[in-house]
Amino acid sequence: MNSFDYTRATDTTTALRFAADHPANQYVAGGTNLIDLWKYDLTHPNMLVDINGIPGLKGIHETPGGGLHLGALVSNSDTAHHPLVKARYPLLSRTILAGATTQIRNSATNGGNLLQRTRCHYFYDAAVPCNKRVPGSGCPARTGHNRLNAILGHSESCIAVFPSDMCVALAALEAVVHVTGPTGDRTIAFADFHRLPGDRPEFDNNLRPDELITAIELPPEGYATNHSYLKLRDRNSYAFALVSVATGLVLEGGKIARARIALGGVAHVPWRVPEAEALLIGRAPTSESFALAAERILDGAVGFEHNTFKIESARRAIVRNGMMALDPSSQRPGAQPSL
Amino acid sequence: MSNNPQPPPRTVALTVNGEKFQLSVRPWVSLLDALRQRLDLTGTKKGCDHGQCGACTIICDGERVLSCLTLAVMKDGSDITTIEGIGTPDNLHPLQEAFVKHDAFQCGYCTPGQICSGVALLAEGHAHTREEVSEQMSGNLCRCGANPNIIDAIMEVKNNAL
Repeated sequence: MNSFDYTRATDTTTALRFAADHPANQYVAGGTNLIDLWKYDLTHPNMLVDINGIPGLKGIHETPGGGLHLGALVSNSDTAHHPLVKARYPLLSRTILAGATTQIRNSATNGGNLLQRTRCHYFYDAAVPCNKRVPGSGCPARTGHNRLNAILGHSESCIAVFPSDMCVALAALEAVVHVTGPTGDRTIAFADFHRLPGDRPEFDNNLRPDELITAIELPPEGYATNHSYLKLRDRNSYAFALVSVATGLVLEGGKIARARIALGGVAHVPWRVPEAEALLIGRAPTSESFALAAERILDGAVGFEHNTFKIESARRAIVRNGMMALDPSSQRPGAQPSL
Repeated sequence: MSNNPQPPPRTVALTVNGEKFQLSVRPWVSLLDALRQRLDLTGTKKGCDHGQCGACTIICDGERVLSCLTLAVMKDGSDITTIEGIGTPDNLHPLQEAFVKHDAFQCGYCTPGQICSGVALLAEGHAHTREEVSEQMSGNLCRCGANPNIIDAIMEVKNNAL
């Protein structure tokens, strides 16, 4: 652990300037991941720039376009329990409540959730090589304890997974990430936010240096009538997903008119295959239909010694969660998955 | 690795269990260490120090948080309740009474965190069933295995308050 300096920013301009002062200056909001990484000697900030005092990054409100604006600094708890989120985007509420614990969700922010690091055992151990931590040093996970690691989109250099639950819903909902940076404001489609490891696994996402997430915008369609989140894990609470599935459906006349399926715990990004969703259009919402989508989603999946089971788990979870989405009231936090 | 070997300490104002304090702390000092080592409030326990066990749970501005993953400098102006601010030996909080009644602890190390977490859970009002209480207490581990009794105690206070 290194010592570091600390300052507070009360507007984004000041925050950006502080961040630009030194390459190892880092923003801090909830700090639940950052402070833990620092304690494990995995990150070495020069100065923490506390952004909690920036008023413009707070609040949840409806947008003129009919969507919902989630401030980057709103806590995961306040987001999950917000009346508009619960009523219009219950899928998001459920994914948030499936992750971590109340104490962590009370501190953790929406912006920070997108930026949390992988929990790959080898990334989290400063004593061993890891291409994500020390580029070029190697990947012990490929031949090690890789139960939690990727089955899709992995590379020779990295088989880590992105651990968020919340982001699985944000992928399914096609959220848009608002950021500000030294060159101005821009928006990033959720599908373009996180990145596959390729030969540069040190980069988790496409945020540029010093850029700051200001908000997450949800489009009008919230799949409030037919949705479900199924999280398979080694214990029933406070564990990262082995495989998770967020499903949103729009049904018309007994047929699927619109479908969104995103997977967590299987890749370096929340995994979504729009072609598989398109296969469902016009079909009845049956196990056979969802199995067809599952086959397409898992096309090309490759497991390792301890996680090959995840391919079959994911296939079954996609089918089961599709059926669960037909009756969202059967799903509630703390409940064993039904069906 | 360290570019600032000795960054200056910061002054932080905290209200803890109703009493006001001014502390001078280095930026990296956790709220947990500030409470235990500077204010001698050792009821809040250091278990894992990594946000996995919940022994360090305190109530900050009305919300239960992990004091081990919170920097003291980031809580300037906050109102904090620790186990020392919840009941006294002669006047136990109803949840403390229920813990005694239901044998909800053995070694007692996790208990201050369990009590703070349980008190906050009851105030939040998001847990309506035993299953939900159990789920929302998952951030507090009990290695003695008293969890079913802990949930019994919380359910009793919850039902008595109805």
